[in-house]
Amino acid sequence: MTAVVPETKVTDVTAADPPPEIIPARHRRSPVKDYGALVGIAVLAAILLLWAPSSLSSFRLSNLGRYCALALASMGIGLAWGRGGMLVLGQGVFFGLGAYAMAMHMKLEVAGPEGVPDFMTLYGDGTMPVWWEPFRSGTFTVFAIIFIPAVVSLLMGWAILKRRVKGAYFAILTQAMAVAFAVLLEATGKETGGFNGLNTFSTVFGYNLFDPEVKQNLYRVAAGLVIVFLLILWQLYRSRYGELLVATRDAEERIRFLGYDPANIKLVAFVTAAVMAAVGGAMFVPIVGIISPLDVGASASILLVAGVALGGRTSLFGPVLGAIAVGYGRSTLSESFPTQWTYFLGGLFVVVILLLPGGVASIGSKLAGLRKREVLT
Amino acid sequence: MDALTTPFLTGTATGAILLMAALGLTLTFGQMGVINMANGEFLMVGAYVAYLTQQVISSAGVSIIIAIPIAFVVAGLLGLVLEATVIRWMYDRPLDTLLATVGVALVLQQLAKDIFGAQGDPVVLPGWLDARINVFGYEWPLRQLFTILLAVASLALLNALLRYTSFGRRIRATVQNRQLAETQGVPTRNVDRMTFFLGSGLAGVGGVAISLISGTNPTLGTSYIIPAFLVVVLGGVGQLKGTVLAAWGVGVATAFLTDWTSGSMAQVMTFALVVAMLTLRPQGLFTVRTRSLA
Repeated sequence: MTAVVPETKVTDVTAADPPPEIIPARHRRSPVKDYGALVGIAVLAAILLLWAPSSLSSFRLSNLGRYCALALASMGIGLAWGRGGMLVLGQGVFFGLGAYAMAMHMKLEVAGPEGVPDFMTLYGDGTMPVWWEPFRSGTFTVFAIIFIPAVVSLLMGWAILKRRVKGAYFAILTQAMAVAFAVLLEATGKETGGFNGLNTFSTVFGYNLFDPEVKQNLYRVAAGLVIVFLLILWQLYRSRYGELLVATRDAEERIRFLGYDPANIKLVAFVTAAVMAAVGGAMFVPIVGIISPLDVGASASILLVAGVALGGRTSLFGPVLGAIAVGYGRSTLSESFPTQWTYFLGGLFVVVILLLPGGVASIGSKLAGLRKREVLT
Repeated sequence: MDALTTPFLTGTATGAILLMAALGLTLTFGQMGVINMANGEFLMVGAYVAYLTQQVISSAGVSIIIAIPIAFVVAGLLGLVLEATVIRWMYDRPLDTLLATVGVALVLQQLAKDIFGAQGDPVVLPGWLDARINVFGYEWPLRQLFTILLAVASLALLNALLRYTSFGRRIRATVQNRQLAETQGVPTRNVDRMTFFLGSGLAGVGGVAISLISGTNPTLGTSYIIPAFLVVVLGGVGQLKGTVLAAWGVGVATAFLTDWTSGSMAQVMTFALVVAMLTLRPQGLFTVRTRSLA
């Protein structure tokens, strides 16, 4: 990124250099700022992967693992909402698809090679639906965690985005999707565990869940995935596609007039976000040990968005830190002060959205802006 | 005959409640692009007003009639407060109002829980509503008819207001073209405020109707807000006929699907139907024609 050579050379020698404000941001960005994010990722990796496993108790570590699983989904929201302008209020659906795929496999592990999950004999007639069968295979499960949400989000996104449904319409539709998904799960108790969800697991891919070593490794995988996703997003945001996505968010019509199809650009972000949520869901299940419609419904989806809004929707680290903060707040405050927690959460929504739309990540630039104004006056 | 009339009548009553919940939303969304997720809580407020009026005036028949205007004013004033404290700062980024009002909704729900308890309170059905009438062999509860009449009356009043008063003319002008309305001297910000009052008040009246069917409950609003929004989106913003048709259609469709399958499957299928409809008509059933893009 040192010598700035435009890809299309200006042949007209009389044309002077364009004024700095219309040089594409990609060419103007300073290398220090660009790679500064990598330092941040490295620091976060050191905290999550080196410091936390050695200093936190196993209880706290598994809590942190849960926040990491939620952070994976939040990062997808940051991509779709912060960079793509699509307020996705139904990420619980994809989180749930990943989580239920993983939970079904673990349930079948408990049941044994020919067995049937316990709740099916308890509440049903002891026969297993055919579509459960492939989840006996671990390979298929990993495949399903990625591909089922990808296909579902592709079809949904195709239907919605190609018809230029956007803004509030898009948000309402995705939220309705989350409600419908939770209702569907509750209504199919014999096939999906219904309101109770899926729980009481003992192993994941053959590893004993009660083994402290395995627990710690599960945390390591979740935290490692956070770092991997951060790197993916970092590269995505600085790529040509990342700029196209932001441009679509800010001026969709202009992008259309320039010859791009905004629907395709948004679709990529939407599907990527869905897969990220699904991976988060898949990590959530072995760490927490339960998945139920409550974890995937409309309010769970909104809570994910709350973390992103708090941290800063457009920033790279905002969604991760916001998700960890909201997860931590929820598990510590809501247990000791359940009423105050709801007021606090409600107030947080209002205050952050009203006063700090860029989230905590924007405090720095806001303060800098204030200082600059003081200098000017 | 019964298999057709029963779902049709109950569905129409459900549609009437959805309409009461959606009217306020379609007004504020159509005019300002504001998505008020706290509108469901205004329904809840209306239901609690009906309950409280009943505590003061023991005659259930009288109190329910008195509760209607009180619910309108109380919910409307809450709407005004919401507009003045939160919404007015966010007119330039309407999508964010969705999240901010979710926060307001959470606070209002918790307030209701703290004041009235997490359990709901029953609202006594007045004697003159506690009857059934025979429609083609189906014993139809009179309170459902009352709900429909209440919705139709509100709709008629609202329509008259929009059509024949100068205030209504200002609202329509603001919806169609805000800048142009301003150049003609329409105080659009004041109009916004009044629209908010009106929309929230209508939700309050809807809450009175709901309280007759299911009593009060702190979380009553959450079960109506998403279907109500789907109705608004499906009907198309900016005019009433789309909302009316969509509310009625969603209500009746849900009732028939409930009859054929089950309550939860009906909900899922209705949502799927609405999404399918929207991919066919992304701007809803009816829209105000404008020259703006997309």
